[in-house]
Amino acid sequence: MRLTPEEEALLAGEGGEGARRAMRIVVTLGSIYDAERLLPVESVQVAGVSFRNVGEAGLEFLRDWAAQGARVTVPATLNPAGMDMRDWRRMGISAEFARLQEATVRAYTDMGVTATCTCTPYLVGNVPSFGAHLAWSESSAVCYANAVLGARTNREGGPGALAAAICGRTAAYGLHLDAGRVPTHRVRVRCPVRTPDDYGALGYWVGRWVGGGVPYIEGLDLPPVGASTPLAVSGEEAAAGDTLKLLGAALASSGAVALYHIHGVTPEARALPDLCPPDVAVMDVEDLGPARQALNSDASAIDLVVVGCPHASLTEVRHIAAGIRGKRLRAALWVTTSRPVREAAEAEGLVATIEEAGGLVIADSCVVIAPMAELPYRTVATNSAKMATYALGHAGLKARFGPLEQCLDAAMSGRWPA
Amino acid sequence: MSHIRYGRVIVEGQASGPALVSDRPISFLGGVDPETGRIVEPGHPLEGRSVAGCVLVFPTGKGSTVGSYILYRLAKANLAPAAIVNAESEPIVAVGALIAGIPMIDRVDIGGLHTGMPLAVRGRELIVG
Repeated sequence: MRLTPEEEALLAGEGGEGARRAMRIVVTLGSIYDAERLLPVESVQVAGVSFRNVGEAGLEFLRDWAAQGARVTVPATLNPAGMDMRDWRRMGISAEFARLQEATVRAYTDMGVTATCTCTPYLVGNVPSFGAHLAWSESSAVCYANAVLGARTNREGGPGALAAAICGRTAAYGLHLDAGRVPTHRVRVRCPVRTPDDYGALGYWVGRWVGGGVPYIEGLDLPPVGASTPLAVSGEEAAAGDTLKLLGAALASSGAVALYHIHGVTPEARALPDLCPPDVAVMDVEDLGPARQALNSDASAIDLVVVGCPHASLTEVRHIAAGIRGKRLRAALWVTTSRPVREAAEAEGLVATIEEAGGLVIADSCVVIAPMAELPYRTVATNSAKMATYALGHAGLKARFGPLEQCLDAAMSGRWPA
Repeated sequence: MSHIRYGRVIVEGQASGPALVSDRPISFLGGVDPETGRIVEPGHPLEGRSVAGCVLVFPTGKGSTVGSYILYRLAKANLAPAAIVNAESEPIVAVGALIAGIPMIDRVDIGGLHTGMPLAVRGRELIVG
């Protein structure tokens, strides 16, 4: 690998021990993938925040790294934590977990990471530009950045992303290079795909087929998307952004997809109409029924309804509030979102509407990474294919998957129709 | 009979110890107990064995990237493997070995190695026997 004189200096420790360790991590990752050089990154999204995941080992490492003087040198935002950082008591989180979670977030902020605590950094101001190189972890955000915005990032792990934030660089391989962005599979959609949960089911099905490939999807009726999409708060473009957020999250959780293209919709597919090579494997999707069946357990009593995986946008919170205004919920309802969206929703009176019905609007956190074993829930209904995919393995919950309206009905009745 | 096989350096260094060989991938998060150094993944061929002081040989890593931190913690508790040998490395174990200071090589033939035989890693060399 060829390094610049500045990079050699960092590797030799001239930027301090913390930066040296970061450079060694980035260079080691590059050497595994035979990268020839490093690239400056525009921003970083750091995963590995929930204390339930990082544990004592991760907390100890982060504290040690901070104590070595490691500081981020590019804008860096943080993935969700294992609890709402302000209102954790309402979630039923123990004081012991809260103390360790606060210490973990503090280790990151000590290094200069902004404690956004969201899986949708692009909805809270970290909006990458087209073609920008990034080092993002959080698989759903990686998919959004690559596909919807046309930025370039691999699926980074937590430590690799943090290292990139500290030295401001990542290794040039995979999705940073044009060759890594060429479609590997063609998906021809032959059935109607309309609602957001249709897109989730489609993503689940395609992800299972393509694994870590780059699918090129034809036959979807969506407006063009790009840099303005995450900034839209109403209308057709906002709806498309919300829909693609759910599609990408599903592709990234049932498979390991980090980039997809949609014919005529996503920026790289619009720029190059012949982007998909003619000789790749082809899949026809005729029916979403099998995907829906695979995402549903046999649970009939519903304890918990989760909307906001990935974190809900303001548009989605508006839909939820409109659906349960004046109603009384039997099951618990968690709307998970980012702190800025919660504050905007509060200003519109949406938080009051949801909480008067008996729901909670939870910021900073997520059911997939919260310490759910400590809480009394056994079943979950969700409109997120990602949540349904991870519910049993990551949260010990049997899942029901369906449209938002059906999930809100389940919150009111405590039942999922047979 | 002693012989040398050549691989690729992931983390430069030298160390030796008895081999602990798995023909299956290892997940450090959830698969190895950071308090004891023992492999705890149910049904894993090495379940119950300690990785401490061994030259740990396995095809590749798997699981969460948080697994890197488990190697770091094992090293601080003097329970880490002496060296790691992979057929093909991936980021979790590579970053873990790096931050834990464990010599590591990959792209080396791991066929015919068995648990208990003496192994040493020196730069890109795997010294067998």
